[in-house]
Amino acid sequence: MISMNWVKDYIDIKDENLEELADKVTKAGINVEHVVNTGINNVVVGEVKECIDHPDSDHLHVCQVDVGTDTRQIVCGAPNVKAGLKVIVALPGSKLPKMEIKKGSIRGEESNGMICALCELGLEEDNEENYKKGIHELPEDAPVGMDAFEYLGVSDTLYDLDVHKHKNNDCRYHIGFAYEIGTILGKKVKLPESNYSEIKDNINDQFKLKVDTDRCTYYKAKMVTDLVIGESPEFIKNRLISAGMRPINNIVDISNYVMLEYGQPLHFFDKDKLGNEIVVRQAKDNEEITTLDEQERVLTNEDIVITDGNKAVAIAGIMGGLNTDVDENTKTVLIESAIFNPTNIRKTARRLNLRSEASLRYEKGLNFEYTDAALDRACYLLEKYASGKVLSGKAEYDNEDKKQKKIEFTTERINSLLGLELTDEDIETELKKLDFEYEIKSGKFITTIPRRRLDIEENVNDIAEEIGRLYGYHNLKNTMPVLPTREGKFEHSFGFKKNISKRMRTLGLNETRTYSLVDQKTANMFYKDRSTIVIPNPMSSDRSALRKTMIPSMLEVIKYNKSRGLKDINIYETSKVFYDDFKEENHLAVALYGNYISNLWQGKVVKNDFYVLKGIVSNLLDYLGLKNRYSFVESTEENLHPGISADIYLDKNKVGFFGRIHPIVSKDEIYVLELSINDLDVKTKPVKFKPASKLPYIKKDLAFVMPMSMKNEEVIKVIKHAGGRLLTDISVFDLYVGENIGLDNKSIAYNLTFEDPTRTLTDEEVMEVFKNIINEVETKLNIKLRD
Amino acid sequence: MKEKITLLQKEIEEKLKEVKNLDTLNELKVKYLSKKGPVSELTNSLRDLSIEEKKEFGKLITDFRNDIFSKVEALKEKYELEELNKKLENEKVDISMPGLDIESGSPSFVEKVIDDASDFFISLGYDIYEGPEIELDKYNFEMLNLPKDHPARDAQDTYYLKDEDLLLRSQTSPVQVRVMLDGKGETPIRMICPGKTYRREDINATHEQEFTQIEGLVIDKNISLSDLKGTFDAFVKHTFGETTEARFRPSYYPFTEPSVEMDMSCIYCDGSGCNMCKPKGWITIAGGGMVHPNVLRMCGYDPDKWQGFAFGMAGERIAMLKYNMTDMRTMHENDLRETKNFDRKEVK
Repeated sequence: MISMNWVKDYIDIKDENLEELADKVTKAGINVEHVVNTGINNVVVGEVKECIDHPDSDHLHVCQVDVGTDTRQIVCGAPNVKAGLKVIVALPGSKLPKMEIKKGSIRGEESNGMICALCELGLEEDNEENYKKGIHELPEDAPVGMDAFEYLGVSDTLYDLDVHKHKNNDCRYHIGFAYEIGTILGKKVKLPESNYSEIKDNINDQFKLKVDTDRCTYYKAKMVTDLVIGESPEFIKNRLISAGMRPINNIVDISNYVMLEYGQPLHFFDKDKLGNEIVVRQAKDNEEITTLDEQERVLTNEDIVITDGNKAVAIAGIMGGLNTDVDENTKTVLIESAIFNPTNIRKTARRLNLRSEASLRYEKGLNFEYTDAALDRACYLLEKYASGKVLSGKAEYDNEDKKQKKIEFTTERINSLLGLELTDEDIETELKKLDFEYEIKSGKFITTIPRRRLDIEENVNDIAEEIGRLYGYHNLKNTMPVLPTREGKFEHSFGFKKNISKRMRTLGLNETRTYSLVDQKTANMFYKDRSTIVIPNPMSSDRSALRKTMIPSMLEVIKYNKSRGLKDINIYETSKVFYDDFKEENHLAVALYGNYISNLWQGKVVKNDFYVLKGIVSNLLDYLGLKNRYSFVESTEENLHPGISADIYLDKNKVGFFGRIHPIVSKDEIYVLELSINDLDVKTKPVKFKPASKLPYIKKDLAFVMPMSMKNEEVIKVIKHAGGRLLTDISVFDLYVGENIGLDNKSIAYNLTFEDPTRTLTDEEVMEVFKNIINEVETKLNIKLRD
Repeated sequence: MKEKITLLQKEIEEKLKEVKNLDTLNELKVKYLSKKGPVSELTNSLRDLSIEEKKEFGKLITDFRNDIFSKVEALKEKYELEELNKKLENEKVDISMPGLDIESGSPSFVEKVIDDASDFFISLGYDIYEGPEIELDKYNFEMLNLPKDHPARDAQDTYYLKDEDLLLRSQTSPVQVRVMLDGKGETPIRMICPGKTYRREDINATHEQEFTQIEGLVIDKNISLSDLKGTFDAFVKHTFGETTEARFRPSYYPFTEPSVEMDMSCIYCDGSGCNMCKPKGWITIAGGGMVHPNVLRMCGYDPDKWQGFAFGMAGERIAMLKYNMTDMRTMHENDLRETKNFDRKEVK
């Protein structure tokens, strides 16, 4: 939260509409999420003109109060109300924290408002003690009719900033924000007063500083003595509250106040507890310290500690130690203003789960100029508001790289990056607003970046960004890249997967989207020869492994839909699966439950079974141009039904499996398929036109009775062989099981097509082949033609 | 003879009047028009006449014959039609009974968005890439200007798989790194890479641990931020309709400089503000900017010669806005009662 009252100390914005300014700030890069006006409408300064006792009460008063616009009657119960008093009046319609003021009558006397106590306005804690103080008495010169919050100086406009995305600290401190506004409005920033007087005693006569780590590059300390601890002045308290910090006492408040001004966190040690030495070093492993919040913290040698030469007295940049904290008896403080390595601070804060207002600022990096300025400002405030006496001299350590960043660029390059047509003069105008020094040498700008702009790197894009945001991105034109025309296309594997996905939808399956992170138990349902990749830092056990099979996820989807009353659930998904040594491949999974096609009232139903899924698999593989290259073998997958499952082979490699889920896994009749898409992505021939024969063909039917255990493909193989080149197609058209052929037997009927593309076949030659087929099948397979 | 003809004609015409249906017509045909019937007899009797008589009566008989036959034929057609109509009356279906539920599957919400975005970018000459989901830290972060200690890494809580080197990609940007490395600093690039990404986050209505990013990258000699804006403007018009507008606001990302928040005009209100848009009248759907010179350099492109833009958005967010969904978790529920409605062509 940025208090605009506070910002007004550093830049002239009294004529600005703060709502409009917030919009400008947002457009220039810092997102003002909310503009909050503190104060309550219709609360004004009033003067009690007349005050008499209420005729029907022993403690109420009936007052005539001048509120500027009129004089009105208000009933008041406070013991301290009297004629002539300047008071705060909440007029009807005002919304106080605990009530809304309305016109009314109290025990028969009309009352047009309320005379208020501070606690009733939310300006003091709402407790018994504060309430007993009665109504707030304003000074005699308070102007009647003025907005009371404005009069008290507590009317403020706060900007709630989205600091999350911002890489600099400048929206975390008021001077930084003033610079930002200065840039937008082209106005100069005025830094606050920090002149104080020093006493003769010099800090260096009684204090030693040593920095023993390269992770502290800058350390300055001053000593202030004879402090009188008490409450902070109102403006400090109010501003801290506006910024979301709780006022404690003048010493602690000043430390926070300066941090909110300059963005530089300060730490105050109680000098008498601290002793005469400070050594900054890396902590030792397992070194302990009790921090201000009375928590025991165990450190590692990655952390930076402030020590008294012996024991830790603060975790640098994060929190002070309880052993040297400022308390009500503190007389002398040592003010630390330093720069620590941002990465170390971030890591320590994260590890200790201790992200403080200080650590947040250290993490972003600090400008040493403000490290000095903040130290002086703190001395000034301690002298002024805590009666402190500042010792002369500073304890200092300085190993900071002070080189200023310079960027060389041309207007042309800025225009090329932004797509604008700015002139050199435009650039100069923007650089001046930014307060960036520059010179122009042989057509090039050379600009020096102010040190407070730690976020700017030495490349032209950073200047383009600064100029672009001031020019306004909302003012950019919509242009399209001017590039040669080219064909855009899917990377091969992406397109291949997409084709399969589309085919599945064509076949009536609905796409699902399930998690790749699963629980370890279900992760192992299939692909047992592959190991599961376990997540080392899971959020929960149900997302603790990467799936190597998608089937458990598909079963979950079926379960979910089934529990919601769906009867036919036909789904598929394509996704990556992961296994072994961080391998991954694209898979297709299908699950079928209920009917594949149905129009129940017509009695037309295709119930899902092994053969529906086999049809889907074959359709897909044929679509991919793999006809005659794939085969099915009885599956040994242990979570599939042993008798109703098959492995899919492509060119002798197993590429997947399908079948009914084993009844042990699910009692429901669910058919599943899992295929490696990667394995299907083999070289195929392009499709070519094949003319259909215009000559007549001859069809013949026959059926064989065979043992139940015999496979259709065994018979087909023999038929094909015996049929030779004239036999162009075989299809199964009946499967019969019945007592009349023996219960151990089945009969399969085939429809055979004979064709010769070059001539018309005669019945005689076809009959010859046909007889040969019967003969071969009967003798080779030892089965009989069915009569 | 003439008299005979007239008599027969009268008789048949009388009989024709009595015909009520195809059956009685057939009876009439059998009786009069069969080979041995009186009409044939009359025709046959011509043979016995002299040439003169033949001349006189031939035409008469032929006309008579033709007349009778055509009358019979007309009646036949009439009664056949009547019969067919009667039959059709009994064949009436109840057109209000349901037709066969021909299943064609529906895509997932995100697939629909990816398809639509792919169509758009392919039309502009972009290639569509996928890439590994298990990635090197180097590609996911380091080469995108996010060195090991970069604070922005904290915002993307990452699933590491092995030490600090291997991770589940937290963004699809590593695909861009791979394409840039393949380009060896010489090939111009136009690409998008839609795909699954992983973050170690608490799941709620707007956050998922697994979600889809659609990221894009264009690298060439003279690509500007205005080009990104124009491209984005065309994209939101393609996706959300012709009246949708694009707007940029400054932002910060480590991999782009300048960086922008990419807003589109609110599609739910007239710009006066509603609970869907923030800031008022606008909805932030993407982030992007000009590729950071450090990224170009690390990926082999000389930032003094090459420049380009990059952008990224979440597929789920686009789907939620487009289809008016309020809870991202819906997309992983796979409730077919909801997804089946999406077996539809796009309408803008």
